[in-house]
Amino acid sequence: MILVVPVMVITLMYFMFGNAPHPPGAPTPFHNACLILLGLFPLFLMFIITSITMQRERASGTLERILTTPLRRLDLLIAYGTAFSIAAATQAVLACGVSFWLLGFDTAGSPVWVFVIAIVNAVLGVGLGLLCSAFARTEFQAVQFIPLVMVPQLLLAGIIVPRALMPTWLEWISNMLPASYALEALQQVGAHTDLTGVAVRDIAVVLGFALAALCLAAATLHRETP
Amino acid sequence: MRVARGSITGLLGPSGCGKTTLIRCIVGTQLIASGTVRVLGLPAGSSPLRHRIGYLPQDPTIYNDLRIVDNVRYFAALYGFDSDAAYSAIDRVGLSDHSTAYCGNLSGGQRTRVSLACALVCRPELLVLDEPTVGLDPVLRADLWEQFTDLARGGTTLLVSSHVMDEADHCGDLLLMRDGLLVAQTTPNQLREDTGCTSLEDAFLSIITRNTTRQAG
Repeated sequence: MILVVPVMVITLMYFMFGNAPHPPGAPTPFHNACLILLGLFPLFLMFIITSITMQRERASGTLERILTTPLRRLDLLIAYGTAFSIAAATQAVLACGVSFWLLGFDTAGSPVWVFVIAIVNAVLGVGLGLLCSAFARTEFQAVQFIPLVMVPQLLLAGIIVPRALMPTWLEWISNMLPASYALEALQQVGAHTDLTGVAVRDIAVVLGFALAALCLAAATLHRETP
Repeated sequence: MRVARGSITGLLGPSGCGKTTLIRCIVGTQLIASGTVRVLGLPAGSSPLRHRIGYLPQDPTIYNDLRIVDNVRYFAALYGFDSDAAYSAIDRVGLSDHSTAYCGNLSGGQRTRVSLACALVCRPELLVLDEPTVGLDPVLRADLWEQFTDLARGGTTLLVSSHVMDEADHCGDLLLMRDGLLVAQTTPNQLREDTGCTSLEDAFLSIITRNTTRQAG
């Protein structure tokens, strides 16, 4: 599922936009959509998977049991991060491969950077998922964090309305959300042959958000609970 | 209260009396409200202890979407043991024939045994078992108690909680709890002598009544 779904959605978009008109010289609508999907799918999917898995771990008591073993909390988080990042990397390789080779997708910048941004986004998704799992008492609540945490981020990132056209106060909020930087980095890679300074800064910002989320998640892992 | 090394101590009392809370204090997952808990000479919950304590939570805490052998191997790995240790732990709880079955398909009693194997796999100095025999058939219960006795003879300290008084006879020492307080620390024979009852069930009831009247008076 993790591996096939993004490829399926991207292929669906390819056929959806097949006959869509576009001004000559500008990138096709599929081009824009595919770029966004490649970069942001890992964020979305890893958030869902991590928050639900970790919530189950907390609710079933296995987390408490694991914390009575010699395992350190940092080990646990790194293990979770690594396992899901490997899944995300495989997913990104497959999705990028299909898009670039089979569907005629192309970026001005190197495909490697699209892949790197996808992975950084996946780590961000894992971090946010681990953090949010601490505030969910049931799996049902964990699922409800998707519309709460993910949807506003993606809307304000500038997918539908460019950020520059938003009211100032919304632009300010969007400046504080990591997905905005992830999308900007993707658009930079899509439009420029070389890696721009803005893209580098954006990737660094997303990575910073990811690390901050992981550290906060570590703080929510209490060995001793009431 | 103190628990002697290399013995089986039974922690008995009605449900809701604080057995699990006390056990969670000992394994270091409970915020201790007051008092001190020292385990094997160290403060409860300190990190060197985590290599030396095996813990069986009351509910079978295993991964239902993994096979038995993967569950036990996982916990073995957390303590730094290899899969041989995992197989011998599975053998101890009598599940060798099912070792590749998925835990979600097992019966309640079988799941308890998988969970127990996960606690036995680290060959701990102190084994803390929260109601290990709940929901098991009499044959298996007798078999497990025999194993606990074997472990104690080998030098392992066991602390076993139960609300079935009949099981108290397997224990060297008894801790009787009620409403969050330790009512008595005794042995099965001493308890019978003190109360003049032949069954431990009656003996416990009489201790409780005696306590309640003393408090009231």
